[in-house]
Amino acid sequence: MTGAAHPARGLADLLTGVFWRRPKLLTALLLLPPLLWLGVVYVGSLIALLVQSFYSIDQFTGLVVPEFTLKTYGELLIPSNFDVILRTVAMAAAVTIASVVVAFPVAFYAARHARGRWKAIFYLGIMLPLWSSYLVKVYAWKLILAKEGIVTWAAEGIGAGNLLNAVLAIPVIGGNSLSTSYIGTFLVFLYVWLPYMILPMQASLERVPTSMLEASADLGAGSWRTFRSVILPLALPGVIAGSIFTFSLTLGDYIIPQIVGSSRFFIGQAVYSLQGTAGNIPLAAAFAVVPIAIMLVYLAVARKLGAFDAL
Amino acid sequence: MKKLLISTTALAMVATNAGAAEMLAALGAPEGQVNIVAWPGYIERGETDKAYDWVTKFEEATGCKVNIKTANTSDEMVALMNEGGFDLVTASGDASLRLVAGKRVQAINTDLIPSWSKVDDRLKDAPWFTVDGTHYGVPYQWGPNVLMYNTEVFKEAPKSWSVVFEEQTLPDGQSNKGRVQAYDGPIHIADAAQYLMAHKPELGITSPYELNEDQYKAALDLLRQQRELVGRYWHDAFIQMDDFKNEGVVASGSWPFQVNLLKSEGLPISSTIPEEGATGWADTTMMHAEAAHPNCAYKWMEHTLSSNLQSDLSVWFGSNPVTPASCTDGSGMQTAEGCTANGMDDFEKIRFWTTPVANCSQGEGACVPYYRWVSDYIGVIGGR
Repeated sequence: MTGAAHPARGLADLLTGVFWRRPKLLTALLLLPPLLWLGVVYVGSLIALLVQSFYSIDQFTGLVVPEFTLKTYGELLIPSNFDVILRTVAMAAAVTIASVVVAFPVAFYAARHARGRWKAIFYLGIMLPLWSSYLVKVYAWKLILAKEGIVTWAAEGIGAGNLLNAVLAIPVIGGNSLSTSYIGTFLVFLYVWLPYMILPMQASLERVPTSMLEASADLGAGSWRTFRSVILPLALPGVIAGSIFTFSLTLGDYIIPQIVGSSRFFIGQAVYSLQGTAGNIPLAAAFAVVPIAIMLVYLAVARKLGAFDAL
Repeated sequence: MKKLLISTTALAMVATNAGAAEMLAALGAPEGQVNIVAWPGYIERGETDKAYDWVTKFEEATGCKVNIKTANTSDEMVALMNEGGFDLVTASGDASLRLVAGKRVQAINTDLIPSWSKVDDRLKDAPWFTVDGTHYGVPYQWGPNVLMYNTEVFKEAPKSWSVVFEEQTLPDGQSNKGRVQAYDGPIHIADAAQYLMAHKPELGITSPYELNEDQYKAALDLLRQQRELVGRYWHDAFIQMDDFKNEGVVASGSWPFQVNLLKSEGLPISSTIPEEGATGWADTTMMHAEAAHPNCAYKWMEHTLSSNLQSDLSVWFGSNPVTPASCTDGSGMQTAEGCTANGMDDFEKIRFWTTPVANCSQGEGACVPYYRWVSDYIGVIGGR
């Protein structure tokens, strides 16, 4: 008789029963794959990296000594290695600041003035470069900036050849041509990462309520005052979010400085060449920890400034 | 870490283990396939360019299907061989001894390779695959690192590497500053050392890959001087070609590959091996110690020495055949002039790449090992 009231239960029914009685089990099962991914694949590899960085290489035999020491981190401080770090951080900072300056007007117009079809065109224009291969873009820039490339040609055509030469004659950032100088590397970084600055900036600018701007105007503020006291503070989280992208992406890139620039190493390139045949995994790992440390500090400051409040 | 251990103790272990080698005594029936790890562009089956195909006919003749896995660095090759599952690898001089020392490859019975007699006598016992008289592979191809130059600037070929190492006025009346390039890999230190062998004999350098502290320091000093002349170091063959076209670069160490391609585009480019000689590379087909398809592998090694393959490959890759007859017998596309252009006659001037290790002919721990070449070269390029 019981069979009629309770038809035979399938596996799915049984499981449903179990989960209904123990809701925490279901939660745990659902969370397991992402936690495994995060814990083993992601954090696990980071920890392996961190551990390696506390090993050192035996100066005599070139073998890795698996004993914990801070010697390898000390090596980061010798001038040629410290140069690499300073160079990378300076470039990342310059690219970030320039991105803010260039991106703000674009984002502001796209967010507050562009309407209808224009808005779509703006979105498309910003996103379009992201659809093509990163390498193709960098190679294209190498040609644009070459000594016999279009920029030099155009500069000479409008009689600004001397100006270009004067810029290239600036010590340190100048060079033989735009494509073999820091200026060139900077321009390419700026181009490649700009969309990552514009998009979050635009999102935060769109959220600034029009009523606040009207209130500001009612209280007698001019457009500059409104911008400084209302728009900028409200858009700041977007700016900081964008800067996290541009800063960290520049910090980790190793392809652009290899193709455009003076061949001086950036952190990514140092890591790339220290592993492999060189076998200096500890120093490569220590180098790799540097951007992580810098980004942690950066994120802590960004959090203080409220970049994540809207999350 | 295991890999590192293997690489750095290579020489020591080679000496003790060579006697244990076992090799195939006779060939059996082909197994139907062979798995090969190779440099990109090294084994072509007509998919990139129909004219270059040295696999299809082999497959038809032997019934051995060829499976190719390309690897971009020597480290990758060693790693793949350590993983296993492959029969053959086209190992360069910086990987071959590591593979022998790690017992990843087996000794080759040259009696089972009829074409062995056709191999260049200069290569038969080359130290990068021959240990204590035992052959651990079959030579595949070799090539020099030549001095590429612009013929509009240099009416005559430069006689010395000094054009890329010392500031000077080039034949067109302008300085070489900003108009020369150098390779961005640490192995370029060897090129500097080789230049010093000729110009500073008092340093007593005998091999550019075995440098003691003093010799090493002199080479780095020369490279620091070179940094002042170099706008950008080259890393990628195609970027270097672009720099010769658009960046006003007129002289640089390079490979015949770039020279041939630029020439074919009609640009005023030529190459030479200056009086100091040149560094170079030589690759060997080596067989895995636990190869699952040894008979097909042996058949492939025999096939690689066929004159037609050597000839076409040397045209395709800008390298030199290991069977000298391939230059002249008309079996493929290569010609005597082509071989000369690729450096065939300059074998004696070429010092082939080997990985610098601490224990060298100057004594235990007497030489500067490769990992220091890497970190110091970063400093040199950075202007330190």
